[in-house]
Amino acid sequence: MSRFLTRDGKRLYGLMAEFDSPEKLVHACEAASEAGYTRLGAYTPYPIEAVWEAIGHHRSKLPLIVLAGGLAGAAGGFLLQYWASVHAYPLNIGGRPLDSWIAFLVPAFETTILFASFAAVLGMFFLNGLPQPYHPAFNVPRFAEASRDRYFLMITTKDRNFEPAAVRELLAGLGPVEVNEVED
Amino acid sequence: MAELTPDARMGKPPVVAPGYTPGSVTDKISAIVLTRTPRWWWVAFGLSFLLMQALLVGVAYLFFEGVGIWGVNNPVGWGFAIINFVWWIGIGHAGTLISAILLLLRQEWRTSINRFAEAMTLFAVACAGVFPLVHLGRPWLAYWLLPYPNTMGLWPNFRSPLIWDVFAVSTYATVSALFWYVGLIPDMATLRDRSRRRWKKIVYGFAAMGWRGHAAHWHNYEVAYLLLAGLATPLVVSVHTVVSFDFAVGQIPGWHATIFPPYFVAGAVFAGFAMVLTLAVPLRQAFALQDFITMRHIQNMAKVMLTTGLIVAYGYLIEIFMAFYSGNQYEEFMLLNRIQGPYKLHWWALLLCNVLAPQAIWLRKVRSSPWLVFLVAMFVNVGMWLERFVIVVTSLSREFLPSSWGTYSGTRWDWAIFVGTIGLFLSLLFLFVRFLPMISIFEMRTILPEAKSVHQRPEEADA
Repeated sequence: MSRFLTRDGKRLYGLMAEFDSPEKLVHACEAASEAGYTRLGAYTPYPIEAVWEAIGHHRSKLPLIVLAGGLAGAAGGFLLQYWASVHAYPLNIGGRPLDSWIAFLVPAFETTILFASFAAVLGMFFLNGLPQPYHPAFNVPRFAEASRDRYFLMITTKDRNFEPAAVRELLAGLGPVEVNEVED
Repeated sequence: MAELTPDARMGKPPVVAPGYTPGSVTDKISAIVLTRTPRWWWVAFGLSFLLMQALLVGVAYLFFEGVGIWGVNNPVGWGFAIINFVWWIGIGHAGTLISAILLLLRQEWRTSINRFAEAMTLFAVACAGVFPLVHLGRPWLAYWLLPYPNTMGLWPNFRSPLIWDVFAVSTYATVSALFWYVGLIPDMATLRDRSRRRWKKIVYGFAAMGWRGHAAHWHNYEVAYLLLAGLATPLVVSVHTVVSFDFAVGQIPGWHATIFPPYFVAGAVFAGFAMVLTLAVPLRQAFALQDFITMRHIQNMAKVMLTTGLIVAYGYLIEIFMAFYSGNQYEEFMLLNRIQGPYKLHWWALLLCNVLAPQAIWLRKVRSSPWLVFLVAMFVNVGMWLERFVIVVTSLSREFLPSSWGTYSGTRWDWAIFVGTIGLFLSLLFLFVRFLPMISIFEMRTILPEAKSVHQRPEEADA
């Protein structure tokens, strides 16, 4: 729950600055981090690693999720075949052993890929909090340009150091096109 | 900064025409989806949709009457259905190769063709999937192929290549769809933000899932995309390998060969690149996308087609060599039967289409003309269909015992269903280019000079 209000008397979510070049955004992210702000939202129309590094990056947990998915797929796929062929429905095909594990490797390989891929996609959604039907950022009409060619930096009221006047002054000093209030 | 890039110094056309910014790229690609439908689109989609009716009528009659309406019988029990299945699945492989393998190899030129090549993969797999299902005889029991607990206590035979095929193809279809959709999410956000009509905003917004381009989201997104590419790469190789096992695990002369997996995978990429070129050349003309799908793309794809074509030609050569080197009279007979038997016309036409015609790509003049490349690609499309015809029919029609020899030809229903799937493929493709961005907008932004400057790390700048 925000302590601050917008000029129209609505609840304030944060202040958002719009930039017209990626370099300015990178610089702004670095300046805001240096000023001690931690709850930063940097929005770009395409992935820019320098931005992620400037707002305090950490390694993605996704590879571990995908590894777990792949291992589950490998084990699940193989055990299903083993159980079905050896216990549930033993079938003598030309005298071959019931546990024809070499043949089982092919479907097990496919289930490995299948489960790992689902883990990659669903894990990415989970880590990113998607699908997210509502986010205050969209209350700024100019934010539609974040998916075209504009770069945005938002400092939210959740930040412990948030003080509207100080944040506005900081953002205004970084060469933005404009600074907007974000309604919650 | 008028310095020439290494590419330009070597006389290669650029990957994107100069002068574009993230804004203008976004506007140009999203305009194809968001502005009024061009009149030619209705004509093209209408004709494709009409062609698709052949599939509907053919399948309806097939379900009513049974597989007896086809040309298959003893000894040729596998006819058009398997030929078309392998043909379509192979075509799909180029999409995954472009989107996954070329991504891992950091081939920047893949960016403007990966989206529609992936769409082509999905639609080709959909067309391929029709054939094994309708060939079942009792297609309403198709789910018996899947392992699921049932009251009959039955489980599939996991030692059968046909069950491997079920796993390989269904995984391939699913993973291709996931990969494609993940790639679309940021572009769905762009279309959500750019469309003016409310219902369009809702539909594209729904597909975008609330994507807003947060730096942390991009980071996870890129990791996910890279991992999916890494997973799709061995998958695509496995799929045509498993398809080739359908033949290679059998004992029929001409099928039982260890060269089949690599030879099939190369053939798949060969056929797939031919189909991507078949689609890319007219589409770039129709939508005036020559600035994004440049001659660089056409030339590179033509070169991949030539290279894989040579691998396929090597496969043919080894087949001929092994037939005689094996000293096996059945193998030897199989080959002589291909060259001078009842299907010799198919075999010689296949050599003309797959081995001779692609050699034209060696000439710079041919490579530099989109429509000549298109012509070569058409030869390859036909040639790869003939290749599967020769593999399936010549071996089955004259196997070990002369007393069980026979002949085979497709009936009008075989042709109706085959031609109908081409209609299905084209219908889906025209719907795709109309309603979804056929070039990945956000990836195009990353290869522009504006993005390059900030992407450059200090260590790279020194180099």
